[in-house]
Amino acid sequence: MSAALQLDDVAIRFGGVQAVAGVSIAVATGDFVGLIGPNGAGKTTLIRIIAGLLRPDRGRIRLSGVDVMGDATAARVRRGLALTHQIVRPFRQMSVLDNVVLGAGYRRTSNPLRAMLHIDRRRENERAGYILAQVGLAGAERKLAGSLPLGQMKRLELARALAVDPKVMLLDEPLAGLNRTEASKHVEAISDVHKRGVTVILVEHNLEEVMRICRRLIVLNNGQVIGDGEPVKVMADPVVHEAYVGSGMVTHAEA
Amino acid sequence: MLKLESLKCGYGSVEAVHNVSFDVPAGSVFALLGPNGAGKTSTIMAIMGHVDIHGGRIVLEGEDITHRRAIDRVGLGVSLVPEGRQLFSDLTVDENLTVGGYARPANRDPAKRDRVFGYFPRLHERRGQLAGSLSGGEQQMLAIGRALMAEPRLLLVDELSLGLMPKMVDLCLDTLMQLKREGLTIVLVEQNTARALDVADQVCVLSSGVQVYQGTASEAKAAGSMFATFLDMSEPV
Amino acid sequence: MSAYEISIVSVIGINVILAVSLNMISGFCGQISLGHGAFFGAGAYATALTMVGVGSVPLAICAAIVTGSLLGIVVGFASLRVRTDFLAVTTIGVNFLFIGFVRKQAWLGGEMGISNVPATGLGASGNMIMTLLFACATIGLSFYISRSWMGFAFRAVGEDEGAAATLGINSGAYKLAAFGIGTALAGLAGAMYTFFTQFITADAFDFIFSVMLMAMVVIGGIGSTWGVVVAAVGLTLLPEAIRFVNDYRLLVFGGLLVLVIRLAPGGLAAMTRGALLRVRRI
Repeated sequence: MSAALQLDDVAIRFGGVQAVAGVSIAVATGDFVGLIGPNGAGKTTLIRIIAGLLRPDRGRIRLSGVDVMGDATAARVRRGLALTHQIVRPFRQMSVLDNVVLGAGYRRTSNPLRAMLHIDRRRENERAGYILAQVGLAGAERKLAGSLPLGQMKRLELARALAVDPKVMLLDEPLAGLNRTEASKHVEAISDVHKRGVTVILVEHNLEEVMRICRRLIVLNNGQVIGDGEPVKVMADPVVHEAYVGSGMVTHAEA
Repeated sequence: MLKLESLKCGYGSVEAVHNVSFDVPAGSVFALLGPNGAGKTSTIMAIMGHVDIHGGRIVLEGEDITHRRAIDRVGLGVSLVPEGRQLFSDLTVDENLTVGGYARPANRDPAKRDRVFGYFPRLHERRGQLAGSLSGGEQQMLAIGRALMAEPRLLLVDELSLGLMPKMVDLCLDTLMQLKREGLTIVLVEQNTARALDVADQVCVLSSGVQVYQGTASEAKAAGSMFATFLDMSEPV
Repeated sequence: MSAYEISIVSVIGINVILAVSLNMISGFCGQISLGHGAFFGAGAYATALTMVGVGSVPLAICAAIVTGSLLGIVVGFASLRVRTDFLAVTTIGVNFLFIGFVRKQAWLGGEMGISNVPATGLGASGNMIMTLLFACATIGLSFYISRSWMGFAFRAVGEDEGAAATLGINSGAYKLAAFGIGTALAGLAGAMYTFFTQFITADAFDFIFSVMLMAMVVIGGIGSTWGVVVAAVGLTLLPEAIRFVNDYRLLVFGGLLVLVIRLAPGGLAAMTRGALLRVRRI
């Protein structure tokens, strides 16, 4: 049975900077992975490569065994990859419901010709309503997406990602900008998604929450994997500890 | 990565740098020290291609670039963080970064921008702000970020610490260290000798356009007061 | 109806097709096209050549639609490669290139254009009715697309291509579709124009005309079919009704455009919606 997501020797450099240095990872179906690492570790660059937003210098990416290297983002989504952004990007001019309906209609929008031939939205409306309830946004359907507070917007993003029936969900810093309670609630929502059988890969700085829910921790530093396994074991590894604490970097938050 | 061989350069007929040679290995930090007027900036500008070469050679990764135009050198991977930052003050942080990456394919832009904001989270908060309204430290961060958008193999940094709070100097130098760990080669011109020695692998002191000292940073630190005299020597007569 | 009234109504019909089709590209899908005149012209020339060569009205209409659409798809491909702010400039360039090219081609009539295009045989009234029928069809198509999944995807692509991609929407394909359909209809308008005037020169399809079309779309309310129709009708009639407007057409249109962008960017459609909401609250 092939891995839900397989990366083989993925690498990219920006001039003299080796941003991702030959990363190979296999994520099994049903995994709940936390991808962490200090600032500048190459996490965001790697996520962009997996999402199809950036072409690596070398390497292979496979979704459930299918090579997606040549596929643009939209094509990868159709193969079962879902993404949420660090900075939320809902369609602000559309209603909350419509944002999710559009996702639920991914079969309708597979090509323009097909899209032109279909008008009926009843099935997708229903499904969208159901998904919104799942993430705790029941009742917000009619609101303009742009008018939601941040915590709800993040859950809308989650709902949209669910709407495309993903096999693998890639979440880029979903807790950024949320206070403690909001973060805790959002983490529960993500955990629910995972319980429904979606393979989840979470990129996060918030170590506390990551340790709580992820079953597997992968640590990146200087573009390389320096730790991979059970969260507690990985964090106890001196190499990982050194990367986070001992690199002598001034915490930019203080500066 | 970079080799200067008996470089003589200056402005018109005035020679500012006489016979400077050094070698910068790939992935290392090379510091050029000395007081004002010693020829440090002229040397950096010669590497960038903005100064008349009177003699000698500049070799980048085996290729002789002595007489190449500055514009071509950027394409070959040389990028400059100029003295005094020289940002586009009427453009926003984002726009300055866009300009920095303009010669590279547009589809790489977002990823590189993310990385710059990863090195400098403060810039991310101020991304829509006009560059002219940033603090000194933020301007320096932006200048470095802008240079990085060009995907350089060799980064030239001219007088990073001028007018900056010590904390900001630390932050910027730490970022240079991080870039070095990621494989970037850096030539650093600095007046703040102490911090430069912390960060550099190799050191060269210029005085009135002439090399008066060259060695590793650890040697220089060990030499202590002796090393200081080399710097004192560089008082203009 | 007098000959004058027939010609006014014909021109209104043509402008409605042009404005509604431009609204599909720029309003529904958010792709700024300031060269719509070029596709209008391409259709007009294709029709003229077909009528002169073969004399078949259905064939001429097909030629116009296909030519407009092909040129539009080529421009659409260009739109995929350029940074967003450059699309407007590219379309302006296409317009100028089209005029420049056509003026130099002897087989296209050069500077003199093509004159004495054979009549359709329907007479002026017949042509007018045909034009109106096509205008209604265009409006109908616009409403249909707006309510279909295609319109839904267009709105997503126009607002945020990256976010659209995360929902599996291939922005490139949809942009091409928008250009293809919008420019096919512009070509159709070109056919109606040639049937109407039986004489065409390149100047009728220039950049200034493209800007006036965009003015109709913006003033009507970018994205709103009926708003654009009202603006197209109104702005066609205005120069006829008021001598001053006719003499200073560019100034008045340009001025209105600037006013709308500054004070009421949503155009007539948004103003009406706002007014209706206020009325309901009373």
